[in-house]
Amino acid sequence: MAIAETTHAGHGDHHGKPQGLARWLYATNHKDIGSLYLWFAFSMFIFGGVLALCIRAELFRPGLQFWQPELFNQFTTLHGLIMVFGAIMPAFTGLANWLLPLMIGAPDMAFARMNNWSFWLLPPAALLLLISFAVPGGAAAAGWTMYAPLSTQMGMGMDLTIFAIHIMGVSSIMGSINIIVTILNLRAPGMGMMQMPMFAWATLITAYLIIAVMPVLAGVVTMVLTDRHFGTHFFNAAGGGDPVLYQHIFWFFGHPEVYIMALPAFGIVSHIIPTFSRKPLFGYTSMVYATSSIAILSFMVWAHHMFTTGMPATAQLFFMYATMLIAVPTGVKVFNWIGTMWQGSLSFETPMLFAVGFVCLFTVGGLSGVTLSIAAVDIQLQDTYYVVAHFHYVLVAGALFSLFAAIYYWFPKMTGRMYHEKLGKLHFWWSMIWFNVTFFPMHFLGLAGMPRRIPDYNLQFADFNAVASVGAFCFGLGQLIFLYNMISSIKHGQPAPQQPWESADTLEWQIPTPAPYHSFVEAPTLEVGENGAIKSMHGGKHH
Amino acid sequence: MEHSEQTHYFVPDPSRWPIIGSLALFCLGLGAALAVNSVAAGKFGLLLGFGILFWMLFGWFGDVIRESLAGRYHGREDHSFRWGMGWFIFSEVMFFAAFFGALYYVRVISVPELGNEVHKLLYPDFSASWPLQTGPGITARYQAMGAWGLPAINTLILLSSGATLTWAHWGLLSGNRRQLAFGLGVTVLLGVSFLSLQMYEYAHAMHELGLSLAAGAYGMTFFMLTGFHGLHVLLGAIMLSVMWLRVQRGHFSAQHHFAFEAAAWYWHFVDVVWLILFVFVYWL
Repeated sequence: MAIAETTHAGHGDHHGKPQGLARWLYATNHKDIGSLYLWFAFSMFIFGGVLALCIRAELFRPGLQFWQPELFNQFTTLHGLIMVFGAIMPAFTGLANWLLPLMIGAPDMAFARMNNWSFWLLPPAALLLLISFAVPGGAAAAGWTMYAPLSTQMGMGMDLTIFAIHIMGVSSIMGSINIIVTILNLRAPGMGMMQMPMFAWATLITAYLIIAVMPVLAGVVTMVLTDRHFGTHFFNAAGGGDPVLYQHIFWFFGHPEVYIMALPAFGIVSHIIPTFSRKPLFGYTSMVYATSSIAILSFMVWAHHMFTTGMPATAQLFFMYATMLIAVPTGVKVFNWIGTMWQGSLSFETPMLFAVGFVCLFTVGGLSGVTLSIAAVDIQLQDTYYVVAHFHYVLVAGALFSLFAAIYYWFPKMTGRMYHEKLGKLHFWWSMIWFNVTFFPMHFLGLAGMPRRIPDYNLQFADFNAVASVGAFCFGLGQLIFLYNMISSIKHGQPAPQQPWESADTLEWQIPTPAPYHSFVEAPTLEVGENGAIKSMHGGKHH
Repeated sequence: MEHSEQTHYFVPDPSRWPIIGSLALFCLGLGAALAVNSVAAGKFGLLLGFGILFWMLFGWFGDVIRESLAGRYHGREDHSFRWGMGWFIFSEVMFFAAFFGALYYVRVISVPELGNEVHKLLYPDFSASWPLQTGPGITARYQAMGAWGLPAINTLILLSSGATLTWAHWGLLSGNRRQLAFGLGVTVLLGVSFLSLQMYEYAHAMHELGLSLAAGAYGMTFFMLTGFHGLHVLLGAIMLSVMWLRVQRGHFSAQHHFAFEAAAWYWHFVDVVWLILFVFVYWL
């Protein structure tokens, strides 16, 4: 074999672990880059969370307490942008970085240097958003959706936001190319596509969605930029354009974006629920098809965000029914998770608690989504707190809970130590309770007509808002339990065995704990069942 | 070699280029935001950003070329590059799709709507037509660009450049280096002539037809679509010129030349975008 005889310059062969700052700045190791992503995402989660608390503090009582409306609008805008592009998406990419090579038997991501760039573009983008608070006129204040004509009128903060979005777009497109190529090209011999772990399927389809829609977002914010500074009239009727055009293009990106933040979560719980039910995933093939159908349908439903813009009735009907159709594959998934738990021997360690919490609360968010898809109802609920409640059920109890589940589940493999189980459980119940205290009352506020993104409100909304604000502060405080658990467990946790969960059967549990710095330098030969379950493994070198 | 028997995959050493690239994009982002708001420092940010970016591109691609020449890349790495380039081009397709979407929207929905009876109240003198010769709220009048003058010649130029590039590729495959270098050189020259004619056309559009980005729905879609396409032609021509230089240095063999193919894929992609553009921006 010609390859074995050539000398290799790759770090997989004769370099140890790089030391110091250079290890992180110049990293080409998927585990290091994955950790960078996860820590960055957590810092952004804290930053976005503080903005959320600024919002809730203002809304604790009617009237203006702390912030002028302009600043309040900047908080809502940056809270959304930072949580979506700075916290949730990078966290999923970080997990994919850490886990994909381990799960499919690859030596690293397909393009290790580009992987580094994907990560290191995020801090400059975040910095641009941060700087935007300091420029005249302050940060962008048009909401994270940046609707024209609001976004075509604001100050320099909007331009900084536009360029930050361009940079984040470059980052996530490169990250996604890496994920797709790694999955398609670097699976170990014996692992076919229809045997891949669900997490690999989910990130593969997510990455496809990202490559399809992030350039569209780049396009539409470029149109905002040229409308602002170069005299175009894309969103201005005076030149033949239309503000509604902005919404069409934005939501062509925006709706798949919703699934970009949901599909990886589906992948994660499709591993955790089988492990703690001690049963294989129920309906693996249907899970793959359901995930793919959701992705395809997600391109055909965007205008359900725009029922109040005066679309023709036929268009409203089309987008309403297409949206409802998505409930079918999503229902298949929820059914399969429950089917997996059915008659399993369940145990409820922290990852399982978060996964079950995810299934329950994501379903609540899904059902309020079906309510909103009904055009006639949506016209009443558009831009009310009902919508805020809906998407926080799918993004906080959905995406974020699945991320916590994933971190607890894979923590032993990543660090070689166990997290503190009691603190983990406390974190779960604390988050579960205060999450619902925060967001459930918002359904009532929305049904009663309280508009979103307004710093003041009618007296009738006072009680539920006070409850929601108390809930938000407690929820936020509870995340410090998680931070403390992580930091103390990384340093002092009990050493973890190779296989901390008795029936976890995917490839990453077949290698030593913590995962060796260079795992699968040589690809193993595998015999694989459904959902990445390893039946036998030969070869495969680490160091 | 058949990559199914390849057991090692090339993983590069830690590299300083990505973070240098991040610094470049930060300078570009900040510089651009300041520059569009007429802050003097913006220009320096842009200049610095482009400087660092070029430094990074030279360094990074230099590393890749050295690794390739040293024989680090085999079947499976080659396969990765192919997938990677393919998906990158797909992302570019979607970027253009956003602007074509805007073009179709203004032509089919917003402009006709602004000319209907409801809007007579707002814009009594406006009648919808395409190409739009003025805007509902614009008083200046301008003329559309015809399809069958320069644009048709440009179409021929780009189409023939696709043919000469394939001819060059045949030369590479059959070991005929002279045909390779000549075909590639002609392709780059055709690309440069396309860009020169396009600049001439822009001058004509701005000075004689009164078109600009600010000239309503027609002017903005015309300049944004042809402008972004032109930038991509420029990028493709630069890629092909680099390939030409590498050919002069004796790089590429009949089996190993994915850099050349990637540049060729990109060039054909730019070609196809032009054809769609010619039909919907110039012709129909």
